[in-house]
Amino acid sequence: MGETVVGSERVAPQSLDVFRPRYRAGDRLFSWALNLSTWIYLALILGLFVVLFAGSWLAIKSFGLHFLVDSSWDPVAGRFGALPFIFGTVVSSAIAIVIASVVGIAAAAYLAEFAPPLIARPLAFLIELLAAVPSVVYGLWGLFVLAPLMRTVIGPAIQSKLGWLPLFSGPIYGVGMLTASLILALMIVPTVAAISRDFIESVAVDQREAMLALGATRWETVRRVVLPAARPGIFGACVLAVGRALGETIATTMVIGNRPAISASLFAPGYTLASVIANEFTEATTQIYISTLIGLGLLLFVVSIVVNAAARILMHTVLRNVEER
Amino acid sequence: MAVSAFARRTLKVRHVRSAVSVFLTALCAGGAAAALLLILGYVVREGITSVNLPFLTQVPHPIGISGGGVANAILGTGITVGIATVMATPIGVLTGVYLAMYGRGTVASSIRFLSDVLAGVPSIAIGLFAYAVLVAPFKHFSALSGSFAFAVLMLPVIIRTTEEAIRSVPITIREGALALGLPIYATTVRVVIPAARAAITTGLLLAIARVTGETAPLLFTAFGSQFWELNPGNPMAQLPLQIFNYAISPYPQWHQQAWGGALILIVVVLVLNILARAALRSRTSR
Repeated sequence: MGETVVGSERVAPQSLDVFRPRYRAGDRLFSWALNLSTWIYLALILGLFVVLFAGSWLAIKSFGLHFLVDSSWDPVAGRFGALPFIFGTVVSSAIAIVIASVVGIAAAAYLAEFAPPLIARPLAFLIELLAAVPSVVYGLWGLFVLAPLMRTVIGPAIQSKLGWLPLFSGPIYGVGMLTASLILALMIVPTVAAISRDFIESVAVDQREAMLALGATRWETVRRVVLPAARPGIFGACVLAVGRALGETIATTMVIGNRPAISASLFAPGYTLASVIANEFTEATTQIYISTLIGLGLLLFVVSIVVNAAARILMHTVLRNVEER
Repeated sequence: MAVSAFARRTLKVRHVRSAVSVFLTALCAGGAAAALLLILGYVVREGITSVNLPFLTQVPHPIGISGGGVANAILGTGITVGIATVMATPIGVLTGVYLAMYGRGTVASSIRFLSDVLAGVPSIAIGLFAYAVLVAPFKHFSALSGSFAFAVLMLPVIIRTTEEAIRSVPITIREGALALGLPIYATTVRVVIPAARAAITTGLLLAIARVTGETAPLLFTAFGSQFWELNPGNPMAQLPLQIFNYAISPYPQWHQQAWGGALILIVVVLVLNILARAALRSRTSR
C-alpha cells in the first residue's frame, strides 16, 4: 500500500479495496444503496429509449422510412411526413452554428489569449450567464424585440442589397427561419466560447513562446499555433453546440413562425422537430397523430445522442492527448 | 538597405494586422456580453412596470379584467422543482459517489459516457418520456410528471459534479478516517461528503437553475392552470409556461404580464447561478 499513497487521487479505489474483507453491516447497506441508485439511473436512460420507441411504434409501422422524406403534413387527413421539420431543424441549426462558431471561437481566443485579466474575468462571467438565461426569455425577446426589428430594419436592409437571391426573397414576416437562427446562435455562443476557451488554454505554453521567439505577432501565434493545436477540442465544442441548437424548443417555437413548409427564403416561416411536438402534442387527438409526434421526438433523441456522443469522443481524445503530453 | 526597409514595412503591416485581429476578437467577446446586457435591460425595462404586489400575490385574471398575477405559477414552479430536487438528489449524489469511489471498469465508464450524452438530450424528448410514463397511463396531467421530467434533466448535472467533488477530496483525509477504524460508509457519509459539500451544493444549485427556466417538458406534463393548486397529482401552473402562453397570446395586456413573469424568472435563475459560483469560490478560497 505504501507506494500507492502519493497524493494522487486516482489510486483511491485500490486503497479502499484493502478493507473489503472486513465489510460491516453498514458498509453492505451503503454499497447496496450505491448500486441501487446506479442501476436506477441506468434503467432510466434505457427506459427513455424504450418508451420513446414503443410510443412511436405505431407510426414507424405505418409509415416506415418513407416518413423521413415525405413533406406532406395534414393531421386531419392522416398524412404525416417529417421532411419540413427535419429541413427547418437542420437549416436553423446550421445557420446558428456558422454564426456562433465564428463569434464564439473569436471570443474564446480573446478571453484566453489577449484580454487583460481585469477585463477577461467579468467578460467571461457575462458570457457564461448568457447560457443561464431561460429559453422562454430568449423567445420572448426574440418575439417582441428581434422579430419587429427584422421586419422593419434588418430584413429590408438585407433585401435591398441581396433581394435577388432566392435566399432573401419574398415577404418578411419578422418571425421566420433567419430570426430563429439568430436567436439560436445567441443561445449557443456561450457553449462554443466556454469550451473552446478551456481547450485554447490547455495548449502548452512553450508552443506559444517558441512562436513568439521566432518573431511572430500575437495574432500570428494564436492563428498559426494555438488555434490549430486546439482545433479538435474546438470542433467538439461546436458539435456540442449544434446538439443544443437541434433540440432547442421554446425559443424556436416562439420565433420561427411554425409553418410546415420548405421554402428557399430565410425570411419565410419554418418549423422544427421540437417545435411541432411543443405546439401540437396536447392537441393531437388520434392515436397515429400522437405516435407520429413521439416518433419525431425519438428522431430528435437519436440524433442528439449521436451528435453528443461524437462531441464527447472528440473532446475526450483531445484531453487524453493533453494528459499524455 | 532595400531589404530591411521592406522587412520593416511588412513588420508594420503584420503588427497592424495583429492589432486589428485582436480588436475583432474583442468585439466578438464584447458583443456576446453586450447581448446579455441588452436582453437583461429589455426584460427589466418592460417587466418592471408589471411587477407589483398584486402581480406577486394574485392568480391570473380572465382576459378583459385588468390586474391578476402569477402567484400560483411561482408557487407551482417552486413545488415542481422542489419535488424534482427531492427525487434527483439521492440518486444523483449516490451515483456520483459510486463513480468517484468505485468508478473503474466498463460499467462506470459507460455510466459516465451516458451521463454526458443524456445531458445533451433535448428536454422536450425527456418531456415525452415523462408523458408516456406518468401521464398517459393515468390519462391525467400532473405536476408530479413535470417533476419527474425535471429530475431526469437534473441527474447528469448532479452526478458529474458530485463525482468531481468527491474526487477532489484529498485521499489522505479518506485514509485518515479509515485508519481511525471508521467503516467505509461512515468515512464516506461523515468525512468525505462533508468535505465535498460545497462543490456538491454547487452542482445541486446548477441543476436547480437549469430546470427552473425549463418550459418544453412542462407543456404536456404539468400542463399549467389558472388557479391555486397544491396537489402535485393535478395540473399545476408553472412560471415559464405562463410566460410562454402569455407571450404567444394576441392580447397586449398578457404580453405585459409575460415581461413581468420573465423578469421574476430571470432574476431567480441568475441568482441561483451566482449562488452556485459563490459556493464554489468559498470552497476554493479555503
